[in-house]
Amino acid sequence: MNRTVALWLAVGWLGYAILPWYAIEDGFWIFEWLLDGYPLDSDYAPGILQAFVDDKIWLAPISLFLLLPLGLFGRAKNDPLFANLLLISGVGGLAYVGLQGFSIGISGWEYATLEALFGALGQRQFGLGYGALLTCAAFLFFLTQGIAARGAINGDVFVVGSIGLVIALVGIFILFPVIQILLSALKDEAGLYAPNVFLSKLFDKKIWGLGCLGSNVSCGAAWNSLFLAVTVGAGTTTLGLAFALVVTRTGFRAKKLLRALTVLPIITPPFVIGLAIILLFGRSGSVTQFASDLFDIPAGRWIYGFPGVWFAQMLAFTPIAFLVLIGVVEGVSPSMEEAAQTLRANRWKTFTSISLPLMRPGLANAFLLGFIESMADFGNPLVLGGNFDVLSTEIFFAIVGAQNDQGRAAVLAIVLLGFTLSAFYAQRRWLGKKSYTTVTGKGDSGTHPYLPKRLSWLVYGTAVPWALLTIVIYAMIVFGGFVETWGRDHSLTLRHYISAFSVSSGEDGLLWTGSAWNSFGTTMVIAGVSAPLTAAIGLVTAYLLVRQRFAGKNAFEFGTMLSFAIPGTVIGVSYVLAFNIPPIELTGTGVILVICFIFRNMPVGVRAGIASMSQLDKSLDEASLTLGATSFMTVRKVILPLLRPAIVAALVYSFVRAITAISAVIFLVSANYDMATSYIIGRVENNDYGLAIAYSSVLILVMLAAISLVQLAVGERRIRRRSETGDGAMPTAGSTAA
Amino acid sequence: MTGTTSKNQWVFGAAAAALVTFSALGTSTAFAADKLTYYCSAQEDWCQLMVQAFEKETGIKVAMSRKSSGETFAQIKAEGRNPKGDIWWGGTGDPHLQAAEEGLTEAYVSPMRGELHDWAISQAASASDKTIGIYAGALGYGYNTELLKEKGLPEPTSWKDLTDPVYKGEVQMANPNSSGTAYTTLATIVQLFGEEEGFAFMKALHKNINQYTKSGSAPIKAAARGETTIGIVFMHDAVKQAVSGFPINVVAPAEGTGYEIGSMSIIKGARNPESAKKFYDWALKAGVQSRSLEVKAYQVMSNLAAESSPSAPKLDQIKLIDYDFKKYGSSAERKRLLKKWDDEVKSLPR
Repeated sequence: MNRTVALWLAVGWLGYAILPWYAIEDGFWIFEWLLDGYPLDSDYAPGILQAFVDDKIWLAPISLFLLLPLGLFGRAKNDPLFANLLLISGVGGLAYVGLQGFSIGISGWEYATLEALFGALGQRQFGLGYGALLTCAAFLFFLTQGIAARGAINGDVFVVGSIGLVIALVGIFILFPVIQILLSALKDEAGLYAPNVFLSKLFDKKIWGLGCLGSNVSCGAAWNSLFLAVTVGAGTTTLGLAFALVVTRTGFRAKKLLRALTVLPIITPPFVIGLAIILLFGRSGSVTQFASDLFDIPAGRWIYGFPGVWFAQMLAFTPIAFLVLIGVVEGVSPSMEEAAQTLRANRWKTFTSISLPLMRPGLANAFLLGFIESMADFGNPLVLGGNFDVLSTEIFFAIVGAQNDQGRAAVLAIVLLGFTLSAFYAQRRWLGKKSYTTVTGKGDSGTHPYLPKRLSWLVYGTAVPWALLTIVIYAMIVFGGFVETWGRDHSLTLRHYISAFSVSSGEDGLLWTGSAWNSFGTTMVIAGVSAPLTAAIGLVTAYLLVRQRFAGKNAFEFGTMLSFAIPGTVIGVSYVLAFNIPPIELTGTGVILVICFIFRNMPVGVRAGIASMSQLDKSLDEASLTLGATSFMTVRKVILPLLRPAIVAALVYSFVRAITAISAVIFLVSANYDMATSYIIGRVENNDYGLAIAYSSVLILVMLAAISLVQLAVGERRIRRRSETGDGAMPTAGSTAA
Repeated sequence: MTGTTSKNQWVFGAAAAALVTFSALGTSTAFAADKLTYYCSAQEDWCQLMVQAFEKETGIKVAMSRKSSGETFAQIKAEGRNPKGDIWWGGTGDPHLQAAEEGLTEAYVSPMRGELHDWAISQAASASDKTIGIYAGALGYGYNTELLKEKGLPEPTSWKDLTDPVYKGEVQMANPNSSGTAYTTLATIVQLFGEEEGFAFMKALHKNINQYTKSGSAPIKAAARGETTIGIVFMHDAVKQAVSGFPINVVAPAEGTGYEIGSMSIIKGARNPESAKKFYDWALKAGVQSRSLEVKAYQVMSNLAAESSPSAPKLDQIKLIDYDFKKYGSSAERKRLLKKWDDEVKSLPR
């Protein structure tokens, strides 16, 4: 028996015999129970006391599974019994804890058949708490250790453990809730399975109608969403590439500014861009009015519908494409490009035949993200959609609207999921099995060539006007927070900032009297906690997907993408349905928000990680392993430092998305944990645009500061390249590592 | 295995940091004796006012969560097997009636009933005492006076005026599938003109509509900003825009109109039922309801003695129809009307 198994066995017993087994109602992080009747009080007792003192006898068998690993003493790792004991303990323990959790709930037996079989149960149980968490973690570790001991993945405990952990997490926090809600598509109102109801909902003409082709009846939401997502995906990838090329491969002077600008839209709370666009291009918008006076045409409502939504989404999602592509564009090996030039290829030929094909993983991932983001976007279609119905808003209003039809929402979600998964497979086919490795262990001392002239003008022509437009829109937003009524009464005032963020000094020191402080504090903590966890899980998953081979890898990858492809509303409701009752009771806590963000934003970490990691030569890992490092060491010392752009992307993205997300959050915020966006939406509903915009501006500033901090803390990736004199654009000047 | 040890240290550090931040947030609720979890579907500042006033008067600690009535209903439904809320206050009456129909709320007869308007009591009667009216607001529409003048359009005064072809592309209403306001409009028109003529009206109106918005109050916000000329909404929403300084004129249609009853319900299986009943009785008091003026809520309150704003639409001067909340609030009738509207109105070209 080795030390790690002993350690995890101790953890398992700690969870079972010492810590409270059930969740504490006051909250996960409140330790009042220590002074309040622990360990005998039945609310706080550990599992072993619950079982033998408090008559919850069904908890007793857990001790058997925790005793089994003791049989490992004195056995070597290659003893077949070693692996088998661990497997039995792990699988049996997990299965048993799950089984009892789902069978006995807050009002005794959960299923009538069990009640008939065993008679009525006088006892009840609540959601699992600290104790159960640790015990389950120990069982999971026994399981993976057992699999490793049987020789899977060369007996690599770290890799098997990571795979097991990610599968367990994805299973509990993505598959379990999502499958539950998708099943409701098959049920009729009485809760019975009714496939014909499902089919009639699925082939509804509100989803698939093609009326817009011949007349001016609107088309079905599915076609609208698909068309929008394809055009947005293509557009954001093109623009993102243009920005990435300007930053890395031209002598453009204002690179820093451009880089900062591309970050702005991603850190803007959802509907704000939409409102700004209406104030500019709406029927009474300043640009529209100006044009209508100039050309003497009546002002129209052209912005409502496809053009407006497309435009807003392009503004909002280009930065995501940029974040994915910048790492890839930087990573393309200069030696290959120099080799091409040495072989007399001109700049154009080099770009099209070497650089661009090597960027394919980046392009494909950027397109996929743009496509999915557009599909799931809710804020922009809501504000600018006009009569252009898309799936995401239809889903939201199927649940909260007057029709109140959860089954229809589930059907629409399935259609949406179908599209995103098809896009996902198309992307994989396009990438194929080619190698995109360009960062190898051999030093690469080239510099990136500049773009061909023609192309660089094209790139400027796309990037610069777009940047200017972004500046105008953001200037308007900042301005909106300082005027009485945005778009109407432009007398200057600080009223909105004072009502949101005032601080007064009272008897007990500072009083946070502003109405926004409460949700602001919660938002910062939740975002701050979830960002590093998201990045960590995302990158571990990416590492497993790129570097390891194991059975069911495709299904695994699909599972990790699932929560991202499903609109927030569906996720929000599915989380409430799945985690409101034992065994996992999380609603009303801050933890559910953190978990929701982790699993919703993880796919970006995964995609960014995959894109960057497929450029790293596997010989780097092999060299490290040959020199005796464990795979954990290899990840930490070799791969992670080379993945800095991906880490930055994942951290930044998950932090800002935790602040700006809305549709999933609406159902998960609770009285004690209110988030900024739900507060802002409440203000907008009440027509209080000034306060909403003032609050949004503050959030934007906070996120900018956070992004700079992340950049500073993680640092840049140092790939040995020739430095150019006077131009700091080459990534040699890496700052201090974290 | 050095790798494992250093990983554990890191995880421990992160957990400790997270723990400190979380416990700072959580302590405020840990020591309260009496609690109330309050789901509020009115405007944010009104909800805040109710929380502060109730806490001050009773000492009961209130945890408030504000969401629109549709969102709150979806949440209460999802939480049905293990309710987290105690009382649901505010928001249009239909979802409250649906919640009562689905057995998600608890019957309660308040001693305050004697002081209420008849419509508030009849709301309770149509849900076997599982809900009660706290305010009422009439349906109507508002128009942007500047745009109307600029385009040289006549001032509309009735429902029928809105179908006049001169207003083509100038009228906005919400989609009754997504918005309770628009469903009230549809039900009102059906009750006012009869089903056949009512649908003929909706078809004529359809030709003038420039957009069916998702949210109920969106049309009047668009009218306020000059994005449409006319918006069909609850009159108190239109008044709010006018008072905020936008050029909006509020119209009570000449033929008569329907109304909503903002309601309050106690959630079934509430964890703090005593606090919930206390809040229920308290919220029906005249003095409490009069405070709606402080937050510019222009609805008519349900207590006979409660004051209402001078800018609020006067219900006694508007021709109100005898709105059948029981019939038009039921799921079956709602589904039927919505489907008919989808098939016969929405699918027509404009």
